[in-house]
Amino acid sequence: MSTPETAAPASADVQADPHGGHGDISVGVSGAGASGDGTASATRITPGNALRPEDIALAVSRGTAKPDEDVAELALRLGDDALILAQRLGHWISRAPELEEDVALGNIALDQLGHARSFLSYAGGLDGRSEDDLAYFRGEQEFRSVELFEQPNGDFAVTIARQFVVSYYQFELYRRLAASTDATLAGIAAKAVKEVDYHRDHSTQWVLRLALGTDESRQRMIRAFKVIWPYVDELFRDDELTGRLSAAGAAPLPSSLREDFDRLTGEVLAEAELDVPQVPAARGGGREGKHSEHLGYILAEMQVLAREHPGASW
Amino acid sequence: MSPHGNPEAPASSAAEIANEAAKVPAGPATPAAAAAEAQAGAAGRNVWPIWEVFVRSSRGLSHVHAGSLHAPDAAMALRNARDLYTRRNEGVSIWVVPADAIASSDPDAKGSFFESPQGKDYRHATYYTKSEGVKHL
Repeated sequence: MSTPETAAPASADVQADPHGGHGDISVGVSGAGASGDGTASATRITPGNALRPEDIALAVSRGTAKPDEDVAELALRLGDDALILAQRLGHWISRAPELEEDVALGNIALDQLGHARSFLSYAGGLDGRSEDDLAYFRGEQEFRSVELFEQPNGDFAVTIARQFVVSYYQFELYRRLAASTDATLAGIAAKAVKEVDYHRDHSTQWVLRLALGTDESRQRMIRAFKVIWPYVDELFRDDELTGRLSAAGAAPLPSSLREDFDRLTGEVLAEAELDVPQVPAARGGGREGKHSEHLGYILAEMQVLAREHPGASW
Repeated sequence: MSPHGNPEAPASSAAEIANEAAKVPAGPATPAAAAAEAQAGAAGRNVWPIWEVFVRSSRGLSHVHAGSLHAPDAAMALRNARDLYTRRNEGVSIWVVPADAIASSDPDAKGSFFESPQGKDYRHATYYTKSEGVKHL
């Protein structure tokens, strides 16, 4: 914006004094220079206009959006997935290979946190709990996230492998969820799908660079996919809830996402000259509250402050 | 155990990415970049080249220099620019340029380079008086 902003006063000065002749031109020129505010941002900052978690919390509190029991349970599942991943990714801040990658992973974490807040705000509409009540004051067995999201960050390649699987899964899910018969779910998904689309690109870029980079980076990428792939199956398991939601048109069957997921991830893996890892699937059980040993540690760190000082604000 | 999967040495893996990922050459290193690379090399890691970022805030405006960043190649530079310089809705288009590809004027030559136009008022339209009978001026 600085160009038009600084240019505008110059022409305005000149035009404002049509009788000044040549003697006043220097005023216009120096005026334009002086108007170049040294503190001004080179680019214009605007908040934009999109569905925010606050809007959903407000709609829930006013009673204009209320999930039924099944939709609330689905929102809890998806919110927990995103929340746990956001907490994991946040750990990379100041630890990524470069400052730029710190910010990239931080942005992705904040996207996920935004989705989590929206889903949890909506899920809480069932019984009047807030997003904070759900995030900070539930125990491990009350969380509904699947095992993939709580997997440790590992080295950078493992984090990228996890991001790769998550983003391709979430893209297929949100793309379909945007057509949900539940307007709030559809709204959250419509906002989220664009962000997740970028997450796909980010992880794909890194998969290609790591896999086709040095021997070391390639070995790490291959190992990372072996570590992560056992948790892929659980993402696409149907159960009674998803069956009912699918019949009602509120959400797709998880199994229906698998074909597109396999095809699109397969294209990237082929380009990266990697094979789909042949590894047995993990047991899973996160949707029923059965978690691996990792989740407890994540929750301890995430919840300690809110539990130590309930209602604290800063 | 490390409950939060604290990456032990993410920096070392990044160095190898940087080695090979520079598929789009960023041109010859500047003395400053070379010095930084030598310094970093001593610490066992390479440094990604610097890119200058230009952001266009909306349609019809021109791209404006927003800052610079590190990236292994042009594709990643665009993505890093998106993450660093358009987080607050600042842009609809981004250009990235290898910093080395930019030739700049000599800051010490200000006098000879930029002071000549001063006092040459006749180069401005307002220097001239409007001729009689000319419309639309």
